[in-house]
Amino acid sequence: MKQSDLYDVAIIGGGVVGCAVARRFVLQGARTVLLEKGSDILSGASKGNSAILHTGFDAPKNSLELQCIKDGHAEYCDIRTKLNLPLLETGALVVAWSQDQLARLAGIVDQAHLNGVEDAVLISAEDVYRREPALGDGVQGAVWVPDEHVIDPWSAPYAYLLQAGQNGAQTRFGVDVQNGTFDGQHWTIPDQGGAIRAKVVINCAGLYGDLLDRDVLGQMDFTIKPRKGQFVVYDKAAADLLSAIILPVPTEITKGIVITRTAFGNLLVGPTAEEQDDRADASVDQATLKMLMNKAEELVPALRNMDVTATYAGIRPATERKEYRIQTHADKNWITVGGIRSTGLAASLGIARHVYGLYESMGRNHPAPVDVAWPKVQNLAAHRPRDWAKPGYGEIVCHCELVTQREIEAALDGPLAARSPGALKRRTRATMGRCQGFNCTHRLARITRGRMTPEFSVGDVDD
Amino acid sequence: MTEPAQHSMASQLPDQTADVVIIGGGPAGLAAAVTLRRQGVPSVVVLERDVSAGGIPRQCAHPPFGVREFGRILSGRAYARKLVSQAERFDVDIRVRHSVVALHPGGELSVATPEGPLTLRAQRVLIATGVREMPRSARLVSGTRPGGILTTGVLQSMVNLQHLKPCNRPLIIGTELVSFSALHTARGAGMKPVAMIEAGSRITARRPLDLYPRVLGVPLRYATEIAHIHGHDWVEGVSLRNAQGDHWDVDCDGVLFTGRFVPESSLVRLSHLELDPLSGGPVIDQFGRCSDPAYFAAGNLLRPVETAGWSYSEGEAVATWISEDLAGNTETAKTIRDARRIRVSCSAPLKLVVPQMIVPDCSDGLQHLQLRMLTPADGHLTVKADEQIIWRKRLSALPERRVLIPLSALNVPQNCTALDITMQPKTTA
Repeated sequence: MKQSDLYDVAIIGGGVVGCAVARRFVLQGARTVLLEKGSDILSGASKGNSAILHTGFDAPKNSLELQCIKDGHAEYCDIRTKLNLPLLETGALVVAWSQDQLARLAGIVDQAHLNGVEDAVLISAEDVYRREPALGDGVQGAVWVPDEHVIDPWSAPYAYLLQAGQNGAQTRFGVDVQNGTFDGQHWTIPDQGGAIRAKVVINCAGLYGDLLDRDVLGQMDFTIKPRKGQFVVYDKAAADLLSAIILPVPTEITKGIVITRTAFGNLLVGPTAEEQDDRADASVDQATLKMLMNKAEELVPALRNMDVTATYAGIRPATERKEYRIQTHADKNWITVGGIRSTGLAASLGIARHVYGLYESMGRNHPAPVDVAWPKVQNLAAHRPRDWAKPGYGEIVCHCELVTQREIEAALDGPLAARSPGALKRRTRATMGRCQGFNCTHRLARITRGRMTPEFSVGDVDD
Repeated sequence: MTEPAQHSMASQLPDQTADVVIIGGGPAGLAAAVTLRRQGVPSVVVLERDVSAGGIPRQCAHPPFGVREFGRILSGRAYARKLVSQAERFDVDIRVRHSVVALHPGGELSVATPEGPLTLRAQRVLIATGVREMPRSARLVSGTRPGGILTTGVLQSMVNLQHLKPCNRPLIIGTELVSFSALHTARGAGMKPVAMIEAGSRITARRPLDLYPRVLGVPLRYATEIAHIHGHDWVEGVSLRNAQGDHWDVDCDGVLFTGRFVPESSLVRLSHLELDPLSGGPVIDQFGRCSDPAYFAAGNLLRPVETAGWSYSEGEAVATWISEDLAGNTETAKTIRDARRIRVSCSAPLKLVVPQMIVPDCSDGLQHLQLRMLTPADGHLTVKADEQIIWRKRLSALPERRVLIPLSALNVPQNCTALDITMQPKTTA
């Protein structure tokens, strides 16, 4: 076999963790391939989350999760300008609504300080209302965490994989890894498009990580317990009601429901935490959505007059234990990156560094590349200049989100071209605004005709 | 919020001015533009964000449009073309692909154009941005979010503008007038709707439209609601439920949400103008004037939903008052500028009232209070001036039906501060 057919690493799973790991390995000089069973990245757990760049102030002390969140936060802030990724510097308030909760704030500050988030401070109810006049009655006090921020949950991982690709990584879509063989040195993963050979496999399969371990590695150290989180997105008119991320005082059971601005200029409420068996069913439920809205309107009364733009659900790959399930199987040249249940977006760059460290401790390393390409992704955040502000965009296709024809065309082109309506939405925000495609679906159907699966249409009108 | 603008100001086009700028090139906006030109207003600009003007009628292949305006029965498409050609004849400056992105006090607009961002200043602005249907998300419908979920607007624009079918076997949700239009469009495109469902016990539109699906062999199910949408990439079916709580599954490849129109009022919501939470549109007085005297509004933005013909007339009427207001020296102009206004409010089962402000004892301006019902209601429609009943009328009305109170019939006391409109139940009558 030719050396060129052999990769140093095959990463299985194109979620945010897989994308970040691919980037890290390429930047360290590894010949890298990413295998994704869907037609686009972010087709599973990474599709729906709350888009918060956490500091780790409330992470378990001395945990791997804490380390990864802190490293991930730092690296995101470090590289985001080069990749043109947004950062909405909101800060967060952990708000106490009762005396009992107020009594727990000091402990939250202590924990934050222990976790190295030294600027977390207790503030009074008066200070909370000064910052957030739209909050309803009953605030007792809060912990202010200045470096909790909001990012674009889709363009970040896209940028990571785009950068990986420009620096040599391969990505193969539609590769559903069900089996593979290890000959003591190399893994061989069969696929219709040609077998993939790699020295090391990294399991970033998210919601299917346990099954991949069982079926290919032949050993299962944890079981995925899918945990659904439903969200309600309010109209852009609601975004200015808040400036910070509003967090509840967590209980033993859950971190609770968050209200936050989004990078796209909406207000987001969620998530729920619902255990379910199905790994793919991201259904929303009317009663639950109403519960979320009631909760949000209780905390921010002005939301009662605001329209709902969208509803969605994400599924977190929780396991039977709270911590990340990252494990090296050195004898099998295999690293499992599992159980990244809810902090994956914030921690992904840190997780990638940690995983590369594990790889090095397997005795592997490479000369790092000399020239590193830094692709800039399209900015979709509302607080920064969008494409429509630059002349020559053709027409605005999606009016609610001001998505230009130029942006649509760009998303349909290139190495990670959008090949499904979902991918196109994540790349451009087309149809994600208040009319949900009432105005632009027909234009998108025409522009993307013959270029996606499924299409926006099922065929020509019968004459 | 935290980052400075990164693009240079070089791409910004030089500022422009106009006497009147109209936002939205549908029936209300184009009728207003023609009226303003007829009355001698020199520069009238229509900003249309789409690739051509004409508004929603553009995508309606069906008649009847234009009977009152043009004296003949036209398809929506032909009507839209006529609106545009009429405006062009009157030298209205129609600018397509121009999207207003922000309204500022005093009539200053931020506009996105393919040539670069533009600031446009007008003495008066007419907002005529129309309506759209409420999508699945805002209806909080349970289930997955696959392809094949659409509205009548998507169906009609796909079929009539792009010649594409959005699905083959949709379930149609709703029985408003537009729902039957959706049925008509679907059948004409070779689609086979599997059923129409209605939560109530009769169709929302007028009978005998309920015969239409029956003639086509499409079941029409009353007291039925959608419980869950199934499918991963594409709709595979839905679960329905009836009033007794029974659930059953229906096989379909599309879910077509019809009606439940909402004003396209995002610009107003994000601006300094006062918004009416009941109508979802801007607060106006009987001259169509908004809370900032530089801004007026007309058409379906004010109140979901009326016919194109109604919106056209409303556009003409409001344009007349804009023109008077600009001229500045007539009695009407003085009234528009200075007269004391009082607030008009309503409560359930009334859904909305427009205008929300009136000048007491003034025969100028819109001639009616326009109302809609939230639920079917039967009783006495009652107008109170402060606490005193000044008008009442026996009324039985359904949602989405036009309900009017002639302003000339209201004898508003001199010192009245507000009008409140209620439906008093029959029993207390």
